[in-house]
Amino acid sequence: MQNTLAHLKRGEKGIITDVSSIHIPLKLLEMGCLPGNSVQLVQLAPFQDPMYLNINGTHLAIRKETASHILIEKIGHE
Amino acid sequence: MSKQINVALIGNPNTGKTSVFNALTGLNQKVGNYPGITVEKKEGVCKLPRGVKAHIIDLPGTYSLNASSLDENVVIELLLNKNDKDFPDIAVVVSDVENLKRNLLLFTQIKDLEIPTLLVINMADRMSYKGISLDIDYLEEHLQTKIALISTRKNQGIDNLKNLIANFKELSITPCLNASEIDQEYFDNLRKAFPNQLIYKLWLVITQDVNFGKTDRKEIDAVANFKTKSKGDLKRLQQKETIKRYQFINNVLKKGQTIDTSQAKDLRTKFDRILTHKVWGYVIFFFILLTIFQAIYDWSSVPMDFIDSIFASLSEWAKNMLPSGAFTNLLAEGIIPGLGGIVIFIPQIAFLFLFIAVLEESGYMSRVVFLMDRVMRRFGLSGKSVVPLISGTACAIPAIMATRNIESWKERLITILVTPFTTCSARLPVYLIIISLVIPEERFFGLSYQALTLMLLYLIGFGTAVVSAYILNKVLKIKSKTFFVVEMPNYKLPMFKNVALTVIEKTKSFVFGAGKIILAISIIIWVLGSIGINSNYNNAKVIVNQKISENGFNKIQSFSLQNKQERYKSSLIEDYNNITEAQISDSIVFKTPLFRKAVINDEIASLKLENSVLGYIGKAVEPAIKPLGYDWKIGIAIVSSFAAREVFISTLSTIYSVGSEIEDDGNKTIRAKMQSERHQLTNKAVFTFASGISLLLFYAFAMQCMSTLAIVKKETNSWKWPVLQLVIMTTFAYIVALIAFQFLK
Repeated sequence: MQNTLAHLKRGEKGIITDVSSIHIPLKLLEMGCLPGNSVQLVQLAPFQDPMYLNINGTHLAIRKETASHILIEKIGHE
Repeated sequence: MSKQINVALIGNPNTGKTSVFNALTGLNQKVGNYPGITVEKKEGVCKLPRGVKAHIIDLPGTYSLNASSLDENVVIELLLNKNDKDFPDIAVVVSDVENLKRNLLLFTQIKDLEIPTLLVINMADRMSYKGISLDIDYLEEHLQTKIALISTRKNQGIDNLKNLIANFKELSITPCLNASEIDQEYFDNLRKAFPNQLIYKLWLVITQDVNFGKTDRKEIDAVANFKTKSKGDLKRLQQKETIKRYQFINNVLKKGQTIDTSQAKDLRTKFDRILTHKVWGYVIFFFILLTIFQAIYDWSSVPMDFIDSIFASLSEWAKNMLPSGAFTNLLAEGIIPGLGGIVIFIPQIAFLFLFIAVLEESGYMSRVVFLMDRVMRRFGLSGKSVVPLISGTACAIPAIMATRNIESWKERLITILVTPFTTCSARLPVYLIIISLVIPEERFFGLSYQALTLMLLYLIGFGTAVVSAYILNKVLKIKSKTFFVVEMPNYKLPMFKNVALTVIEKTKSFVFGAGKIILAISIIIWVLGSIGINSNYNNAKVIVNQKISENGFNKIQSFSLQNKQERYKSSLIEDYNNITEAQISDSIVFKTPLFRKAVINDEIASLKLENSVLGYIGKAVEPAIKPLGYDWKIGIAIVSSFAAREVFISTLSTIYSVGSEIEDDGNKTIRAKMQSERHQLTNKAVFTFASGISLLLFYAFAMQCMSTLAIVKKETNSWKWPVLQLVIMTTFAYIVALIAFQFLK
């Protein structure tokens, strides 16, 4: 099974491989959430949701539900 | 011919765009609204070199020209409409040095519109700190623009920026990239169909119409018929466009920007570790809230008492110094107490806006949104609802406008509907005065009962908002996608200038907005109180004098006389240290005829008020509010409060000024007046614990603010929601107040 952003653990990094366009608002893409960009999970709110991410230098928070529509490839830990 | 040029400041949120605006215009700015909508319009004037004047508009922050909210749409509407009087001669795109990549997306879109565009890179003072270096010449060449490196915090580069704006004609208007490559065939057809139009403009109109419906753009109206693509296709094309732009930007930045991460110092991580911690995050948030309430209740009481006494003596002064007559009465009894009722607000409102501005500016507010989202979602709200709910403690109007960035319509609607339950500053004066009347001044483990009561009222307001949100979430059958994207900006020390300007601007608009209503109502109340409806009004003096000369003072009147004597006695003891009993009783005997006259005058005034139009209105509503513990005078105040809550105190003070002549001890502040107020028939105090609590609860829940209803109508675009709000909230308030009074009395 392929990893999605929702599977990231705190501190883990990944590369975005694909985004499911129907489920993702354009605004998120405009903020840098595009295939090829790197992503790191900075922090999780209590109850593991929402997720505080660093996507390509932009820091933003999205809900886990949205994160599960973004496919990634894990590239390890920092 | 004036040499004024139009400058539009455009940029992402959190780039310090407003700081640039403040640095350029200083105090030469005004805040208004765009016609027909409630989006804030900030404009100002700036003097440029060589006598050129610039008219500067600070446009709402946006990430791109693909609008997803009303605020963002304003930006596009302006940039697409060449005939708008504000159409910019130059677009100044403000970006910050740390997020250059993302900021450039918007920049490349604006370049496509062939407007002279200048790129401002703000926060340049942080470059070395973050290990960033830029090759400005390379960037200027490839982005086809001029770049101004500035730091609003250090006040660097502003003069250079002014120079560049003045020379706007030298800026290139060539687009950075060819966006139409994303679907060559489609764009070729479009170009053929509208040969005279800018291709990118057409594209924006097509995609915007999808989101916002047709707007009045006659010249390119025909575009609306050019929909060969489905909505889904258009969205995919927009995505392709975004990806293409990022490819271009990445290529440019690869050479133009170097980031040495080993040099970067990261405060963000350290702060986030504590501020978004699953325990400490909430504890800190709670303490910040506590500080805000402490400021509102405690710190602002000194200036408030001061303002209160100034207006009381001003009213006295007007009465004593001006020639007596209708105008003087209107001034001393209507206008001055009415104005006092609004000016007294200023310290508290300023404190609230101060805290909210600091929390927003520092970047902390986004962390609160992040922390609260999961909790709020359980109640059908969004983490972003926290901001409106907190701003709601200042005023529901800006709070409801602040819901615009909530992506899901259902979550947004629920937030709009429940926000008026939070304790806004208009409720504060009512709360403060009633609390000081009916809650004992004692302390409980060092905490005053009065402060605790206030805190409790805030909690009740907030609790009711959350519970009703939960119910609405279950009841409302609205399907909408729940997107949630929130930027987590860097922590910044708030800039004094920005915070100060926000506080001044918001306080000013609030005071003038509410001031107009209060002034008008004060005058109406006074006039209604001065018009008699039957012969008793004109003959009041004769009737009262006749009754008293026949029967002497009745029980209540004697009691009131005794009261005046007692009060005089205690004021004597206070003022003179070694006064003897004999001296006291001599002075009292000497003063008694004056007191008798005052009692008779009170009686006349109250008979007059009862037989005036105002008294008639009050008597008419009395049966409805008697079970809640109120008399007809409070009834009048409640009726007038439906325009705006804060009118309550000023109305009561107008009524009591109308109803009682000046007393000897000169103690005429509103609180003292309310304390001495008694029921006419039973001679029991009007403001008791039971009636006080009942009033507090009524004001906590009732929907008494026309301006809020108007804004809800605008934001939801329907009368259904404001009407529901009015009916449900007020009915609920009545029932709760009724139960409270019947239970406590």
